[in-house]
Amino acid sequence: MPVFYDKRQLVTPGDLLAENDYYAGENTFKENGKIYAACVGLVNCEGRNVYVVALKSFYVSMVGDTVIGKVIEVSLSGWIIDIKAPYLAMLKASDVLERSFRPQRDDLPSMFDVGDLVIAKVVASDRTRGPLLTIREPGLGKITKGQITAITPTKIPRLIGKKGSMVTTIKKETGCQILIGQNGLILVSGKSPEDERLAIMAIRKIEQEAHTSGLTDRVAEMIRKEKSEKKEIGGKDV
Amino acid sequence: MTSPVVTRVKQKRIAQLISLGKRFDERGLTDYREAQVETGVIEKAEGSARVRLGKTEVLVGVKIEIGEPFSDVPNEGVLTVNAELAPLASPTFEPGPPDENSIELARVVDRGIRESKAIDMEKLCVVPGKKVFIVFIDVYVLNYHGNLIDASALAALAALLNTKVFNYEFKEGEVQIKRGYKSLPIRNHPIAVTFAKINDKLLVDPLLEEEQVMEARLTVTIEKDEKICALQKGGTGYFTIQQILEAAKIAQQKAAELRKLVVKK
Amino acid sequence: MSKKKVKKLIDEKDIRHDGRKLDELRPTKIEVGVLSNADGSAYVEQGKNKILAAVYGPREVHPKHLALPDQTLIRCRYHMAPFSVQERKSPAPSRREKELSKVIREAFEPSVFTEYYPRTSIDIFIEVLQADGGTRCASITAASLALADAGIPLRDLISACAAGKVEGRLVLDLNDVEDKEGEADLPLAYMSNLNAITLLQMDGMLTNEEFEKAINLAVEGCKQIYQLQKVALRAKYVEVKEAIKEEAEEQ
Repeated sequence: MPVFYDKRQLVTPGDLLAENDYYAGENTFKENGKIYAACVGLVNCEGRNVYVVALKSFYVSMVGDTVIGKVIEVSLSGWIIDIKAPYLAMLKASDVLERSFRPQRDDLPSMFDVGDLVIAKVVASDRTRGPLLTIREPGLGKITKGQITAITPTKIPRLIGKKGSMVTTIKKETGCQILIGQNGLILVSGKSPEDERLAIMAIRKIEQEAHTSGLTDRVAEMIRKEKSEKKEIGGKDV
Repeated sequence: MTSPVVTRVKQKRIAQLISLGKRFDERGLTDYREAQVETGVIEKAEGSARVRLGKTEVLVGVKIEIGEPFSDVPNEGVLTVNAELAPLASPTFEPGPPDENSIELARVVDRGIRESKAIDMEKLCVVPGKKVFIVFIDVYVLNYHGNLIDASALAALAALLNTKVFNYEFKEGEVQIKRGYKSLPIRNHPIAVTFAKINDKLLVDPLLEEEQVMEARLTVTIEKDEKICALQKGGTGYFTIQQILEAAKIAQQKAAELRKLVVKK
Repeated sequence: MSKKKVKKLIDEKDIRHDGRKLDELRPTKIEVGVLSNADGSAYVEQGKNKILAAVYGPREVHPKHLALPDQTLIRCRYHMAPFSVQERKSPAPSRREKELSKVIREAFEPSVFTEYYPRTSIDIFIEVLQADGGTRCASITAASLALADAGIPLRDLISACAAGKVEGRLVLDLNDVEDKEGEADLPLAYMSNLNAITLLQMDGMLTNEEFEKAINLAVEGCKQIYQLQKVALRAKYVEVKEAIKEEAEEQ
């Protein structure tokens, strides 16, 4: 195929990937019939679609995404949420109340205040403005316990793994509940801070080594090793 | 997340850990993060040092010039400390003239060096009343992850110990530079130890997240004979007398440990 | 103040005072992703130049009224540390730093797809920790890498290099003393895909012929820097892959 790189080869911005009858997929662009990489990442080709899986990127919201965010401002009719993306997100009071908002009667800070963590879904977004969120579905709402860690959004699929294999491995080995936001924020909630720490260590390792193979096994092994070392030292679980 | 607002969940976690004598990053309440000191990193400066305290990174450069002394101390050199919170160090630092935080940082570092008489200022006199050495210490924060004061003070001391001043000759009314260098006359080694107060507990070397939730901050600078030579309380909370005395004791111990990174016997 | 020229800058064999050939770059070391807070960062050492560049963004614009409705606002600040030069420089931004901030921004802005993120800003901060001539070029090289490190989509990397005339001969990558004592200095920034020049300035005097040769020489220098930039971007990931291979072999 007249693509100048092999699959999963590392490319950098400006690298010429293909010419003529190909489509410029994600993180690429076409100029004068030539397709170039726009980001540092691994190049891939599916049919006539040439795209790059970026090694590091920021989150661009899409309708249907589950995201985790932090309330940073209570506004006139809702809340402004930092979802670690170029644009701030918005949660409307009418969404939480399930009716229209009455300013004289409804006290917004008592529902969500600055500093609260929420898990929500994106209901409306276009690439060029802040997304609109909802918490109406089950499993969404305020987060009251656990720890948050962040990884670059492009590595979320790796964290989930094929048919959820990677995240299931972490859950099994650490006993933690793991909620993944498409915006790169992950909530880890376990029976003890020590379990949560192990899960976060695993997530960090995945981010570092996402572009390598055999990762699932190495992650499982690392967690087991850490757990047995702790037992030897006789470390008390906090 | 980029906004400086700390989530409730994190605040709770920090408080929970502290009540068990632990911290967010696994340290004990009186433990410093891993510290690395590198000297002589900027050749054009007369002295320089870079300190990494955890992820906090500070670069200090020392420049020496010849200038006029202050009229009230005509036979002493001049020391001036400046701090830059470079905007690249944190999403919360904005470009512009020094704000109150960078001025406080500079003055606290200055106080430690000046009050401990770390530099023998009289030896910096070239022509009494007319020409003296001016020591410029420029603190450059490259990455902010908590506790800029201790990192900056440590880097400033390391940079001073690394500083070489050119030899000179005073001939025909002019200062002429000769070949060769000599070290700055340093006779004390002040070390700053900063505490954060969270839920009535004192934590040494606050991490970024701890600084964001702390009630108050106390810096105790200890000179080489264990005397206290500078103090600075920061933040809008308060300390009890008991806490201050306790902090001073811990500071003496911690200062001795940190000093070893910079002063080789 | 008269300049004291102790010895010639280039000898009869066309070797420069620091041992380089006329068309040789200074030893260059590049590292990407060196700061943990910034979204993207890069550190460039070129001869005695030490330049740190960091990128924050795309992010919401502060103050809000500066936001552009149809594109991202690119802001760039070039700043020199007081200890970066022989005579201490005041930390306050000088007119030179303000001009350089502008031309540096205009050098890499063509590579950014500014229409992708309207009403946001991309802020680039460049700190010169040590300066020895050609800092604007090294700054552009670093800024371009910091943008790539931040995951911001780019048309291409921008590389920059200066050419000039010293003691009658055309040279590449002038250091401080060559810049101060030479006859001309021509910094240039280049985007290789489009064969486009995005920064061009000149101090001194050149004939048309010399000018053409100098531009081509500078572009050649840029192409070499471009390769070094690419290696630096890959380096982190290659390192991790090798480490894993080693670990596996040990077991």
